[in-house]
Amino acid sequence: MKLIIAIIQPHRLEQVKEELYKAEVNLITVNEVLGHGRQKGVTEVYRGFKETGNLLRKVRLEIAVNDNFVEPTIKAIIKGAQTGEMGDGKIFVVPMEECIRIRTAEKGSLAIG
Amino acid sequence: MRKMLIPMMLILLTGGTAFCETVSPMSGMAPVVATPSPKIDTGDTSWVLISSALVMLMTPGLAFFYGGLVRRKNVLGVLMQCLIILAVMSLQWVIFGYSLAFGPGKGFWGGLQWFMLHGVGLEPYPGYSSTIPHQAFMIFQAMFAVITPALIIGAFAERMKFSAFLIFTLLWATFVYDPLAHWVWGIDGWLRNLGALDFAGGTVVHINAGIAALVTALVIGKRTCYDKYPTPPHNLPFSVLGAALLWFGWFGFNAGSALSANGLAANAFVVTNTAAAAAALSWALLDWRFNGNPTMLGTISGAVAGLVAITPAAGFVGVGGAIIIGLLVGLFCFISVGFLKHKLGYDDSLDAFGVHGIGGIWGAMATGLFATKSVNAAGADGLFFGNPRQLWIQFIAVATTIVYAFIVTWIIYKVVDKVIGVRVVEKDEAIGLDLTQHNERAYTMLE
Repeated sequence: MKLIIAIIQPHRLEQVKEELYKAEVNLITVNEVLGHGRQKGVTEVYRGFKETGNLLRKVRLEIAVNDNFVEPTIKAIIKGAQTGEMGDGKIFVVPMEECIRIRTAEKGSLAIG
Repeated sequence: MRKMLIPMMLILLTGGTAFCETVSPMSGMAPVVATPSPKIDTGDTSWVLISSALVMLMTPGLAFFYGGLVRRKNVLGVLMQCLIILAVMSLQWVIFGYSLAFGPGKGFWGGLQWFMLHGVGLEPYPGYSSTIPHQAFMIFQAMFAVITPALIIGAFAERMKFSAFLIFTLLWATFVYDPLAHWVWGIDGWLRNLGALDFAGGTVVHINAGIAALVTALVIGKRTCYDKYPTPPHNLPFSVLGAALLWFGWFGFNAGSALSANGLAANAFVVTNTAAAAAALSWALLDWRFNGNPTMLGTISGAVAGLVAITPAAGFVGVGGAIIIGLLVGLFCFISVGFLKHKLGYDDSLDAFGVHGIGGIWGAMATGLFATKSVNAAGADGLFFGNPRQLWIQFIAVATTIVYAFIVTWIIYKVVDKVIGVRVVEKDEAIGLDLTQHNERAYTMLE
């Protein structure tokens, strides 16, 4: 079991969701986050005062999957989120020790799907 | 070919008679109805000035009404479009717009005699009102010229380029709003002479902007996401605030159109409030019956629809007529927004056509049904008071407005699209107009 964490551009969220549904990955948690990549990002101007290098708005997805779903999930996220420009984001895959469904107390693979 | 369309259509519309004098805008002042010695009335003047301020507040009100309905990445885009219209149209109006719309002259426009308000002074101009300063009338009308193009914003919200929007607005105000205002309200305007009843701007403001909204929605096309997922309002409380400000400002819009602090103004005030209430309630009940719950969005949409519908009728109908106009406009707009739009498949993002177009058409026709001389002796009786001809006259005014607004808006929008493009690129649409058009965002996440 793996936990896939993806940081993506906010405006790509709908496409990523679409691709994930196509890959039959239906259970996701979505967060709005602020972060800093290597890119300077969009520069904002307030009454002529320029601000650069501020924290950028991103969306973070958390998806718990069984091992055979890891590759399809990664592919789906890339397909939905990739624009080819700086700031497209990252995907982290981390091992997951346990997964428990609260309603039934089921554990492991059973609880993920 | 396109250049030919406007004059050709005008000739068709008017049977070739009303525009014989089109080419002589500089001919002398039109004969003015003899009014007993024009003298400024302080009560009338203060009411019209206050009303002007009330109508001014409607544009920021509309900005919040629309702003709450868009996604949060576009809220500044909408607010900015409304507020910049307040700036652009205020200038257009005092420089040449007022002259084109209200200047004396029987033609297509009023001409340019009143360029830079030359000759528009502090004394009354009896052709429009003999008890208030001419400039008070002018500034009252300026606020109408501001809000009308702002109404159209609802149709192309979330995808129009700001530069194209500015150019379109200026052209539209000059070539669509100003001539129509001249025909309906100007001295010797041909629709006014025909006897069409439009108390506060059902045709000039609402049908006109509503049809322009339909055209722009058709030409610019759907938002990219339109068929894929819904775009829920990002801040409904804003929309409620905006609708409340619209309702408040509408008292100036309608009751102020009496141009006097008198009984007629009181009648307009009462029926305006009544129709808004009836329509808000009817939409809420329809929501309840057909969608399961009475919704906040439905209720405020109903209120605005009611205000739209009573606008042409406010000085001609009583409370009974106002209730029926309000209840039915709730139904008509509910159908047009909830069913018709999806059936026809155009993306009028915030229902500018569905509410202002449909509501305006119903209001103008309803004026021909419910108008009565017992409310306003200077008006006319409608169908239900024994004068079926009035309904026909109303129909001519409505049809003229629809045809003219449709064709000319279409031409202007297409030309702007050809020259600089009306639509933002897909990526900008995805990122949102706030950042891509204005380099600002409405909400921060930290602090």
